[in-house]
Amino acid sequence: QLEHGCAPPTAARAGLSSASPRDVPAERPRGVFHTSESDPAKHTEQHEGRLYNIPLEEVKAVFPHGLPYRFQQQIQTFNEARLMVRRPALELLACLKGSSLAQPAVRYVIYGERGTGKTMTLCHVVHYCSRQGWLLLHVPDAHLWVKNCRELLQSSYNKDRLDQPLQASVWLKNFKTSNERFLGEIKTQKKYTWGKRESTEEGRPLGEVVEQGLARVRSASDAVGVLLRELKQQSHRGSFRLLVAVDGVNALWGRTTLRKEDKSPVSPGELTLVHNLRKMLRNDWSGGAIVTTLSQTGSLFKPSSAYTPHELLGKEGFDALDPFVPIPVANYSPREFESCYGYYLERKWLQHEKAHTEDGKAELQFLSGSNPRQLDRLAGPL
Amino acid sequence: TLRLICTTTAVQRKNAGASGPEKYTEAFIKKQIEEFNLGKRHLANMMGEDPETFTQEDIDRAIAYLFPSGLFDKQARPMMKHPTEVFPEQRKIQWGEDGRPFHFLFYTGKQSYYSLMHETYEKFLNVQKHQEQMIAQDLPLQKEKRNLAGSRWLTKIELEEMLIEKLSDDDYSRFIQLLQKLVALPCADIEENYIQKFSKEVPVQLQKVVIEPLQYDERGVAFSTGEGKRKTARATAVVYDNGTGKITVNGTDMLHYFPVLQDREQLLFPFQFLGRIGKHDMVCTVSGGGRSAQAGAIRLASAKALRSFVTEKEVEFMRQAGLLTVDPRVKERKKPGQEGPRRKFTWKKR
Repeated sequence: QLEHGCAPPTAARAGLSSASPRDVPAERPRGVFHTSESDPAKHTEQHEGRLYNIPLEEVKAVFPHGLPYRFQQQIQTFNEARLMVRRPALELLACLKGSSLAQPAVRYVIYGERGTGKTMTLCHVVHYCSRQGWLLLHVPDAHLWVKNCRELLQSSYNKDRLDQPLQASVWLKNFKTSNERFLGEIKTQKKYTWGKRESTEEGRPLGEVVEQGLARVRSASDAVGVLLRELKQQSHRGSFRLLVAVDGVNALWGRTTLRKEDKSPVSPGELTLVHNLRKMLRNDWSGGAIVTTLSQTGSLFKPSSAYTPHELLGKEGFDALDPFVPIPVANYSPREFESCYGYYLERKWLQHEKAHTEDGKAELQFLSGSNPRQLDRLAGPL
Repeated sequence: TLRLICTTTAVQRKNAGASGPEKYTEAFIKKQIEEFNLGKRHLANMMGEDPETFTQEDIDRAIAYLFPSGLFDKQARPMMKHPTEVFPEQRKIQWGEDGRPFHFLFYTGKQSYYSLMHETYEKFLNVQKHQEQMIAQDLPLQKEKRNLAGSRWLTKIELEEMLIEKLSDDDYSRFIQLLQKLVALPCADIEENYIQKFSKEVPVQLQKVVIEPLQYDERGVAFSTGEGKRKTARATAVVYDNGTGKITVNGTDMLHYFPVLQDREQLLFPFQFLGRIGKHDMVCTVSGGGRSAQAGAIRLASAKALRSFVTEKEVEFMRQAGLLTVDPRVKERKKPGQEGPRRKFTWKKR
């Protein structure tokens, strides 16, 4: 049975990505479907369908909040984090490698049916960028910001907008974990007043802004806004490259389930966090890239069969994100299926005696329809 | 003793004719027959047909047309039949005006049974005499075996009907034993006519289901179709050869149409049973019923379609596995006085 992970609280997104090949000098020979290439920068076509390993310390540092819940449980159980190298991720990486700093940030939208591995592709890209030394702005699930929020404060900065202190503080904490070294390097360019007594001077490291947000929870959302604006302004200088990775980007332009005190519905534009993030997603800055994922699972008021950008983003979102590079993610190819199945066998995840046979494999393939999520759910009880 | 083998319901009806004294006099029966014939002619005139060539089937059709009934029991519906079929046969009065019975065995109680036994034994002795004659003349004994496999003896009820007299099991078994002894003799062919009165043909076996041959479409790929149903769902499936195991239902992928694992397992079952999981493609259309019913209907349809691809032995295996049988369970009717088919209203003590 899966033990519940003690990993930092993360978004509950159930998408399965393949496992990753192991890099650590192996005590025993690994299967054919593993690659020992642990640096995503070096992943090429020949690594396609293979699994690569991410060392656990890196996982904690880079992905405090990015991985899907089920994948975290899998990491806990198998004691290693393995990601499958798949074609959409390889395409994205190639694009990123080819992009130049001077041009405005290119927007990539990863889309696909439910449970085909969009979030894991995003995590793969995030890992690559962290290895390359980019600054990661990873929003694990934008849907969390538009639903199930207990506290809504009226923003002190702008009377129309609403703050979400809890979500903002959680996100700030995770941001701090993943980008420790940048926080000391980047300096603010303006003076920000948080309240009557607190303010941040010009030229202070960004770490202070983050601390401020964490200490004073009421102004956490504003701290986030400040952070985003600073990063945007400074990224074109070239001292660092900025990656904006947003999962479930269709939440920013849909509807929310939140209501104001007078029971009138809140539109996403009225939330500070969402507003700032939208500004971030506009491609009027350069020196980085924006990689987003569409998600139907957490989305509100959308039919479960919708998966194209047009349907999930709506007209508003589509216009806002247009132009973008669409990257479709499909179910497992036979080769990928084999490698995933082989990985489960190797880790003795499939205990049923029939699961080891050819027939069992064919049955699994049929029943799951080569869908990664279905395969993961099927293999669970076996 | 002989046990009653499984027979049709017609045979198992009770013989009402042998019980009790006469209920209908002969004159009454004659009148009924005249009325029936008159009525037949009237009916023929009403339907615009020729009265002379109006058969019983025409009568049945006319009555069903004029008096339509939705009753399930066919014998409860209005019918018009010849009085001899309607009124059971009666024994006529067995003694004359002076009280003296006609038959010599009347005082045995079961006169027709004992007279039958006498007759049969007479034939038996006849055959034996003939046999001895043949042996004396050194002629070869004819040994044409009757085909016992395709025939059966009359049942007790049929015999009772024939004799218009009640029999006991013991009597019946003795009669059958005597007949069997008679048939066992080599020269029993002489009395063949007599024996045939007491034997019946067993109905022919049910027709074997014809397996359709494979058809080939434009690309040269072999395919076959099958239909299936379950509860209210009807499905048609087309199974193509040389496939990858892809299944399309009503235009959408199986994974999207059946999000529940249980339904997908139902679809998997025929292929898994034959070991052909990744070898066939399937395109199916289904309508009606619910989620489970549609899955069951497609399963039946695909199993029927797969029959064409597979050897006869495997077809037999499939049939025994229950893949080819239509599931007869349907929603049971709600009865009045109850809340549902079985559930009664809450019982209140007062």
